[in-house]
Amino acid sequence: MSSTNTKPSTATLDHDKVADQASTYVAKFERHETPLQRFKKFLHHYPIAAPLIVLLLAVISFSVIVGDRFLHPFNLSLVLQQVTIIGVIGVAQTLIILTAGIDLSVGAIMVLTSVVMGRMAVNHGIDPSLSILIGIGVGALAGLINGLLITRLKIPPFIATLGSWNVFFALNLWYSKSETIRSQDISNIAPLLQWTGQTIDFFGARLTYGSLLMLGIFFLIWYALNWTAWGRHVYATGDDPEAAKLAGIRTTRILMSVYVLAGVVCAIGAWVLIGRIGSVSPQAGTMTNLDSITAVVIGGCSLFGGRGSIYGTLIGALVVGVFRNGLALAGVDVLWQEFTVGILIISAVGIDQWIRRGTA
Amino acid sequence: MTAQYDKTPVLQTKNLVKRYGSVTAIDHADFELYPGEILAVIGDNGAGKSSLIKALSGALIPDEGEILLDGKPVNFSSPMEARALGIETVYQNLAVSPALNIADNLFLGRELRKPGILGSVFRMLDKKEMERRAKDKMTELGLMTIQNISQAVESLSGGQRQGVAVARSALFGSKVVIMDEPTAALGVKESRRVLNLIKEVRDRGLPIILISHNMPHVFEVADRIHIHRLGKRAAIVTPQSHTMSDAVAIMTGAMEVGESEEEAA
Repeated sequence: MSSTNTKPSTATLDHDKVADQASTYVAKFERHETPLQRFKKFLHHYPIAAPLIVLLLAVISFSVIVGDRFLHPFNLSLVLQQVTIIGVIGVAQTLIILTAGIDLSVGAIMVLTSVVMGRMAVNHGIDPSLSILIGIGVGALAGLINGLLITRLKIPPFIATLGSWNVFFALNLWYSKSETIRSQDISNIAPLLQWTGQTIDFFGARLTYGSLLMLGIFFLIWYALNWTAWGRHVYATGDDPEAAKLAGIRTTRILMSVYVLAGVVCAIGAWVLIGRIGSVSPQAGTMTNLDSITAVVIGGCSLFGGRGSIYGTLIGALVVGVFRNGLALAGVDVLWQEFTVGILIISAVGIDQWIRRGTA
Repeated sequence: MTAQYDKTPVLQTKNLVKRYGSVTAIDHADFELYPGEILAVIGDNGAGKSSLIKALSGALIPDEGEILLDGKPVNFSSPMEARALGIETVYQNLAVSPALNIADNLFLGRELRKPGILGSVFRMLDKKEMERRAKDKMTELGLMTIQNISQAVESLSGGQRQGVAVARSALFGSKVVIMDEPTAALGVKESRRVLNLIKEVRDRGLPIILISHNMPHVFEVADRIHIHRLGKRAAIVTPQSHTMSDAVAIMTGAMEVGESEEEAA
């Protein structure tokens, strides 16, 4: 062929020499860091710091405003009890938000499964431990339905779970006949259902078995997310599903497993709920849905998936619990508690966006 | 290691055909990749080179013809099967997870578990071992300018991310590495590093299929150039035998190449 032309390879070599002599300072910028920028960087490196600071500030403020009543071990254990349900449901919500999804049906699954557990044991005379297992099975089934809607029918999680929220809640009203199972009946027939509400003395604080169960669930899910391949795959699926798929992760399976597991965790939340309120009410836990999302968001999880930690949710749940309890002790009207929680959510997401901007 | 053209091709296709309805994407295409070489695959848009590459990486099942790996016929029904046989693909969008760290990304989907009961019952990841192997591979490929193996991939530059993806393919690819437009999104200096990395991988004995539109890059690193046109191989040239303009002319059909010339390459 035409050998008279200049060899392309030599041409690129010349081009190389030029590139080698090029200034290496192209990507360097003058850095004048203000303390605010340094703080932002710190928060970016330690995402858990922001909710921790909020929690500490809240505890300090309330102990100043409310006084000793707030810091009393009895009150603190009350906070923990109040936080337990949000905490457990928050675990389920964290798993789903990590995959860039959202589950609006967690509260409904919890109430539905609590009714199933209660009616199985009290009305149908089934062994309480078996009733709990059946409830967990129903929770898994509910999660499976959500997962199938999202992975097979490709319905966005928000819409799929908005629909299933209504369906599960209606099933709950139908199955419970809108009747509450009285605490008395449960403690006579199936005291195991109330076990989660029993307290043990811990240096003047009264911890419930439910709170311990919550901590156990947090530990298990923390382990699964951080120390197993499944956990890495959950993060990868939420982060960039296409990349995860190309890397050989079966993202559909991961999503299914997350929704089913969330259903199971919600059912355990139902058991904790029965222990907390003593009775089984088809109207209980109506705020749990939004509170769980609040806890996850305050805990620093990104709603875009792939970023966040499970202990962030625990701190987020504590923040919500401390604010509700502190404001109540300070004699603030319930409507202002809701107002404050709303402000907390918006601030948490706002801070998250601010941290993310320009520090990558 | 220099290319060995007297040996059996590592990866080969014979009379490969793929049709989509009335469109023939691969039209009786032949293809050979020899041990120790960088084979560039070039072709105009719509020439069917992506279909050919997809067939080689298991992402597409051909209608006719055969694919031979080390001279033995193989059938992949998914990219996973191709990977299991040692054919790794570096995708144009890299398939890395930005929020995960370098070691996590290198082993994504192929994580190592701790030995004994911790691994078998508790499914515990062997993070230390994965970090050690990741560090070894990155050092071997001259990529350890990246200070910390446990830093998130999102904090890396485009070229460094490419480095992570290439290191992953070199870590697991035992037969062939396919690279799709590895320099397309990179600047001059970053491209240079990635090209050196490609040669580095080749010199360690892994043959490479390089898909690129960038003629200077192709002519710099390729040992041979497979020119795809109208669903099949139009010619095989080398950077020594032909110029870039010749290659473009063959690619677009402005120049015809006889079989004899192809043999000479």
